[in-house]
Order: sequence, then C-alpha cells, then structure tokens
Amino acid sequence: MDPASILLGGFASGMVLFIVSVGLSVTMGLMGFVNLAHGGFAMLGGYVIVLAMKHWGLSFVPALALAFFAIAAFSVVLERLLYSRLYRAQELDQVLFTIGLVFVMTAAVTLGVGPETQVIRLPDWLRGQTDLGFMTYRTYSLALIVAGTLLVIALWLGFERTRYGARIRAAVDNRRMAQSLGIDVGRLFTVAFALGSGLAAVGGGLGAEILGLDPNYPLRYLVYFLIVVAVGGLGKVTGVFFAAILIGVLDFVLKIYFPKGGTIFIYALTLILLLARPHGLFGKRGT
Amino acid sequence: MDAPHTAAGQLARRHRFQWWELLPWIAAIAAFFAFPTYLAFGTQLLIVILFALSLDLVLGYAGIVTLGHAAFFGAGAYTVGMLASQLGWNEPLSGLLAAAAVAGLIGFVSGLVLLRTHGLTLLMLTLCTMALLEQAANMGAHWTGGFDGIPGLSFDKILGLFSFDVLYFRSQYLYVLAVLLLCFVAVRMLVYSSFGQSLTGVRENLLRMHAVGAPVRARLVAVYTISAALAGVAGGLFTQATGYVNLSVLGLERAAGVMIILILGGYGRLYGAFVGAVAYMVLEHMLAKAYPTAWQLGIGVTLILVALYARNGIIGIGEALLRRLRGGGQA
Repeated sequence: MDPASILLGGFASGMVLFIVSVGLSVTMGLMGFVNLAHGGFAMLGGYVIVLAMKHWGLSFVPALALAFFAIAAFSVVLERLLYSRLYRAQELDQVLFTIGLVFVMTAAVTLGVGPETQVIRLPDWLRGQTDLGFMTYRTYSLALIVAGTLLVIALWLGFERTRYGARIRAAVDNRRMAQSLGIDVGRLFTVAFALGSGLAAVGGGLGAEILGLDPNYPLRYLVYFLIVVAVGGLGKVTGVFFAAILIGVLDFVLKIYFPKGGTIFIYALTLILLLARPHGLFGKRGT
Repeated sequence: MDAPHTAAGQLARRHRFQWWELLPWIAAIAAFFAFPTYLAFGTQLLIVILFALSLDLVLGYAGIVTLGHAAFFGAGAYTVGMLASQLGWNEPLSGLLAAAAVAGLIGFVSGLVLLRTHGLTLLMLTLCTMALLEQAANMGAHWTGGFDGIPGLSFDKILGLFSFDVLYFRSQYLYVLAVLLLCFVAVRMLVYSSFGQSLTGVRENLLRMHAVGAPVRARLVAVYTISAALAGVAGGLFTQATGYVNLSVLGLERAAGVMIILILGGYGRLYGAFVGAVAYMVLEHMLAKAYPTAWQLGIGVTLILVALYARNGIIGIGEALLRRLRGGGQA
C-alpha cells in the first residue's frame, strides 16, 4: 500500500475512535467518574441503527440521527437514576457499577438480538470508490474523515467560543471554584453526558464497518477508548482528537505490517508516553 | 497484660485469632468430603481466592487502583508452564517458588516505575503492562505456544507422595488449600504488622504519611512486589492444577473478574476475597447452568446493586447487620 492510502485508512479509523471517545474524555474530566460502560452506549447506538434500518426501513443518515437522540435520552435516564448516586463514591464502586452495566447491556443485546455480528448496510452513495484526482479511495472512509473533521471543528467552536463551553472548561479545571461562581456543575454534567453518549452511539454506528458490531464490543474496545482518553488528556477535545488520529494511524499501519501482535507497540508507546507525561499529551501539568 | 485504655486494648487485641476464623477452613475441608464431584470447581475457587487475596493487599490495604493484576497471575502461570515444557522442570513446589520469584520481579520493576502515578494514569499504566505481557506471550509462540498456549502438562508428585489427580482433582484441591492457608497466614501477619498499618495510612492520608516521614514509595513498591509474588503463586497453581496454560491467564477479563470478586466480597478486609470468590463463582456457575445465554444479566444486576446499595461489599452488609443487632440490644 502506498503511504497516502495508509494515512487515509488510519485517519478514518482515528475519526471513529474520536467520535466514540470524546464524550468519555469530557465526562471523566468533569466528574472524575470512571465510566467503563461508555463503549456500551456506542454498541447500543449501533444496534439502534441496525434495527431501525431493518425493521422500520429507515435509511442510514436518519438512523444515525435516531441513534443519537435515543441513546442521549437513554443515557440521561441512567445518569439521573443511577450514575448520580455514585458521584461521591469511591473509584472502585464506580468501576464495579459500570462493569455491571456493561454486563447487563451485553446480555440484553445477546438475548434481544442475538450473539452474531451485525452488518450495517451502507447506502449506495457511500459505497465504492471515489476519484480524488491524484488517487482513488474508498468513499466511506473519505466520508468518515469529512464527518469527523466537521465534528471536531463544531466541538472545538462549542468548547472554545461559547459560554457553555467556557463553563465546561472551567468545571474541568476546578470544579469547586466553578461551583462557587454559581455554575451548576451537575446540570452541566448531565448535558455533557447526554451529548457524549449520543456521539458514542453515532460513532458505534459509523464505525461498525471498521470495528464490527457484536455484544462483546464494549469490553473489546474499552482499552482503546481509555488509551485515547488518557493519551489525549482528560476533558480536552483537541487532545482527544489528536490522540485518536495518532492511535488510529498507528493501529492501521501495525495491522498491515505486523498482523500478529503488532498492537504491542501501541501499549508500549502508551506506557512510555504516560510515564513521561502522566496527564497525557495535552492534559494540564502539575499535580 | 491488659492495656490501660480500652481503645488501646482493643487495638492491641485485634490481631488475635478469633474462633470464627477457623470456619472457612472447616468449610473447605467439609466441602472436600461433601462434594467429591465438584473438586475441579473447588480447586479453581481456591486459586481465585488466593489471587483475590493478593489483590486485596494492593487495592484494599494500600489503595493502589490497578486493572492489570492478571499480569502477575499470568507471569506465574507461564513460568510454571514454560519451565515444565522447555526444561522439563516438573517439580511442583520449586515451580511455585519460581513463579513467585518471576512475578515478584516483574512486580518490583514495574512498581518502581508505575507507582509514582495515580488515578486514571495508574489504571492505564497497569492495564498497558498487562497488555504488553499478553502480546509478548502471544508473539513468543516458540516458548509460550502463542494463541493456543501449552496444553497437556504433567507434574511430579507433590512432595514425592501425592500424584496429581487428572480426573477428580482430589490431591490438587488439598494441595491448593494448603498453599492458600500458608499464604493467608503470611498475609494476615503482614496486614497486622506495622508495615501493614503504614499501608493503611498511605491509603487514608497520603499527605500526612509524607509529613511524618514515612517512606511512602518504598512501602508501596514493597507491597506491590509481595502481592505480585502471591498472584504469581496463584497463577502457578492454576497451571499445575489444570495441566495447561493459555492466553486467558493474562487477559483483561481475568483482571476485571478478580477485581469484581474482591469488591463484591469487600476490599480491605482479610475475608473479602473468600466471600467474594465464593459468591461470584457459585452465582456464575449456577446462572450459566440455568440460563446459558443470559448469565451475564444476573451477574451485571448483582454488581450494580452492590455498587449502589452495599458499598462495602457482602462483608460490609454483614458488619452493618451485626452492628444493628448489637446497637439495638444496648439502646
């Protein structure tokens, strides 16, 4: 493969990693909540899309929108009913709770839909190859790159240029100070949580082509999502973006050149990186 | 003999053996005679207890949140497996010592490097260490058998007397029980020693421990090494008892599983590992038998309920009930 195709393929999978992980980064940065069930929302989103397309005859893009709103709403219910009780709990109880949630989601999907891998049928205009002038490449990967780029720009503007984004950044940096200034961090968190889960759902659907979609999805990719968040830095949208692209490209290259056990380099790199910069590439310095 | 102060007296007495501490061991021996067809399961249960006990040292007592403890279990398991398959070193007890030494060494080296961090960073670093070992075992197929592992291992008689019982696991069960007892006594002594007390101090108030001049990092590295060695022994026992080793000993599922077991039972308590392992594995076993496709649902709901309503695990529920009974009697 020539370098340009490798780069494009890596960018496409990096975009998927970004769309799924960005919510996790913000919610972990805001509340310090260890949410190991985040990949579960991505998986559920993928299944919403599959079922909506199969049974209701929805086409791909409306199904994506449906998944976003359905999972965002569902996550708010979970957040208000269950997550909110554990904000002041020990990290370990949060881990136990979210792993339990993953088990329930996995079992529910296995029982309701079945254990087999699901395929999302792409619309015709997303299939095949596109001529870029200097080369042709898979249309879907190019669409992923465009969609991911637009999303990161939108999120960046939302974070850096709106009052709401400023509040979130303030709360990530210093929750108590933000609260004393009258920012309702709880409400902020609920909204961020819903948005993040909805995006994860979209990412689950968009990425089914690359990551697959089956009941073991949340646990299988948990480590990848966590690596992206830890390398990018908590609560940093641009950090998560660059980390996701980095990991995506690296993973793509390694899968081609070292199909057996190439991921060892990703783990080693993460290890070295986190030892050198415990708060990630773009996280805050200091304690 | 009595301390002048009641509180001091209680503190001085609390390391003494209580009568009820014999109960788990009596139950284990009773189970040996009561369920002769379940001894393979019982052996696995005892191995998991030892593994969870080793995790309790770092997670419960020293407050080191790790998601990669299976690294040491796997290191021990592969040490025993590779010694047997490559060098023909089939003697079980020295095999366990080798497993403890290798796992302890890995624990010491990684602890030196990793224990400067905490929170998410530490979680990720332990996870990556484990994943590195897993991938190394996957790639070094010449020594480790790669994805398929090393099957069909056989070991010499234990102490030259008892041969491994492939069919009924009788000698394995007793052998593992004996090793567990030895390790448990060691852990119990460690926890109640001044070393163990200083670990609790680090967990509860890191700043103050630094302020009083306690060698915090050295203590953490020491307990991490000891715990790794114990996990290595558990892994070595796994290989010896089952006669095979494969990549499952190093995976995230095993690491998360033992963590769940410990939290379910109650961490930072000596018997949390016992209660958690019995509760989790029996529940899993029964659910998997009754609902082969949906057993995860029951486990998941249990974990959520425990996290929401029983923060200190099953032992915590028991303690709360006891307190209420006693408090109700006096007031």
